[in-house]
Amino acid sequence: MSIRSVLVANRGEIAVRIIQAARALGIRTVQIYSDADADSLAVRLADEAIRIGPPAARKSYLNGEAIIAAARATGVDAVHPGYGFLSENADFAEAVAAAGLRFVGPSGAVIRLLGDKVAARRAAMAANVPTVPGSDGRMTDVAAACAVADRIGFPLMIKAAAGGGGRGIRIVDTPEAFERLFPQAAAEAEAAFGDGGLYLERVIRRARHIEVQILGDGERFVHCFERECSLQRRRQKIWEEAPAVGVPLAVREALCASAVRLARSVGYSGAGTVEYLYDEETGEFYFIEVNTRIQVEHPVTEAVTGIDLVQQMLRIAAGEPLALCQEDVRVSGHAVECRINAEDPRKAFMPAPGTVSAMTIPNGAGIRFDTLLYEGCTVPPFYDSLLGKLIVHGADRQDCLARLREALELLEISGIPTTIPLHAALAVDPDVIAGRVHTRFVEAWLTAETAGARLGFSEVAA
Amino acid sequence: MAMREIRTPLPGTFYRRAAPDRAPYKNDGDSVAPSDVVGLIEVMKSFHEVRAEVSGSAIRFLVDDTDAVMAGQVIAEVEG
Repeated sequence: MSIRSVLVANRGEIAVRIIQAARALGIRTVQIYSDADADSLAVRLADEAIRIGPPAARKSYLNGEAIIAAARATGVDAVHPGYGFLSENADFAEAVAAAGLRFVGPSGAVIRLLGDKVAARRAAMAANVPTVPGSDGRMTDVAAACAVADRIGFPLMIKAAAGGGGRGIRIVDTPEAFERLFPQAAAEAEAAFGDGGLYLERVIRRARHIEVQILGDGERFVHCFERECSLQRRRQKIWEEAPAVGVPLAVREALCASAVRLARSVGYSGAGTVEYLYDEETGEFYFIEVNTRIQVEHPVTEAVTGIDLVQQMLRIAAGEPLALCQEDVRVSGHAVECRINAEDPRKAFMPAPGTVSAMTIPNGAGIRFDTLLYEGCTVPPFYDSLLGKLIVHGADRQDCLARLREALELLEISGIPTTIPLHAALAVDPDVIAGRVHTRFVEAWLTAETAGARLGFSEVAA
Repeated sequence: MAMREIRTPLPGTFYRRAAPDRAPYKNDGDSVAPSDVVGLIEVMKSFHEVRAEVSGSAIRFLVDDTDAVMAGQVIAEVEG
């Protein structure tokens, strides 16, 4: 292995995960930390730890210069960026390479290409990966826009080219409404963003989020099948599964093959995820984006395929050829991951950092808990609320859910409120058990009125 | 003259303005009403407004923009 030591350029549960994978390969680990994480589990587990700055992320985990200085000071060969923070920052990947170190991920050029929504959509279309039907570029002329709208079909979305984060979007149901609303949307976009450019996209009313895990070494490419991530709250995934639920085999095969085509077309190197929307009514799937890093939910794929994705990333970064052929990758059984967050279900899921006084972690065959917690640790308020991930593997989905219900009953974290009750309620819900889920399911299922009854408390504090 | 304290109910990062390019919610010496927003707390990537809850003729901040704060910490004093 040409990598002898790695800088873990992240924090929390994924830092712990990277340390474990590196250790299994005989690689020495150096953990970076902010002042808020000096007593973290990752710091305790790593061979060495180095402070990089104060608690604020932009002064520590987002400070590329400080991180590269830490890599130099500790003499590591490689930098693993984890997820979030600088993991999809092309400039950082290039700065790491320029410092003579291996970046555990694709090249800066590939990160930049796939990180640009328009460029990524073009790359997908060029690789014959289905994209959401829409206008190929900006539209300003009403007559031309009407013709494009007829081709896309209704309902469709008019989106401001300069908008983002859900702003500047309207949904139109008929051609008549479109003709009336398009000029209005252009005027609004001009007023709001100083740019009246619009584009069009088909609306998928009941979408499911399905994504494909890929691995590549720049020359060889495989997929590790798909994950279903339709259970989301506030657009954040909270529960993920592998394989996807109730998707016909032919569709799953086409979906996975399309992800491999895209990986090959850009010469992908490392682990990555191609995300899709799946329209259950039509059986069609559409490319959304590529995440050029390890995903939070990678353990469900590891559970059903037996492949250690983080070890694979380190091997690829070390220059080893991908040792897996597509025929080697097989799915066995079913896995579910529940994200356990430091949030108070009784207070509208208000973030709740604090000190963990005691905890009970279930164990046994098919149960895994990836976490940053230890008894007595303090969860700082400066980063995301993820405390750990409960991953359960069963012979099939019903067996997996039965084991999950047992594991959730045993899992206890004292001292701070957590989202364990949310998962316990989802795991017994008839719609979840039957797989009747979509990306807006949780919002409709858990309203201010239903939260108390569903999560087992009668009064919701204001 | 009575001094009143404004405490943050949440731990996290304290911001005195709604966005980096905006003016502070309040400057030292400004008068405050109970419903006035005096700052933002960022906790685990979500933002929560801090309201004065007291009224007075002049506010004085005890923490700076982007300082880390603890739950219950006094962030400002208000002169009656």
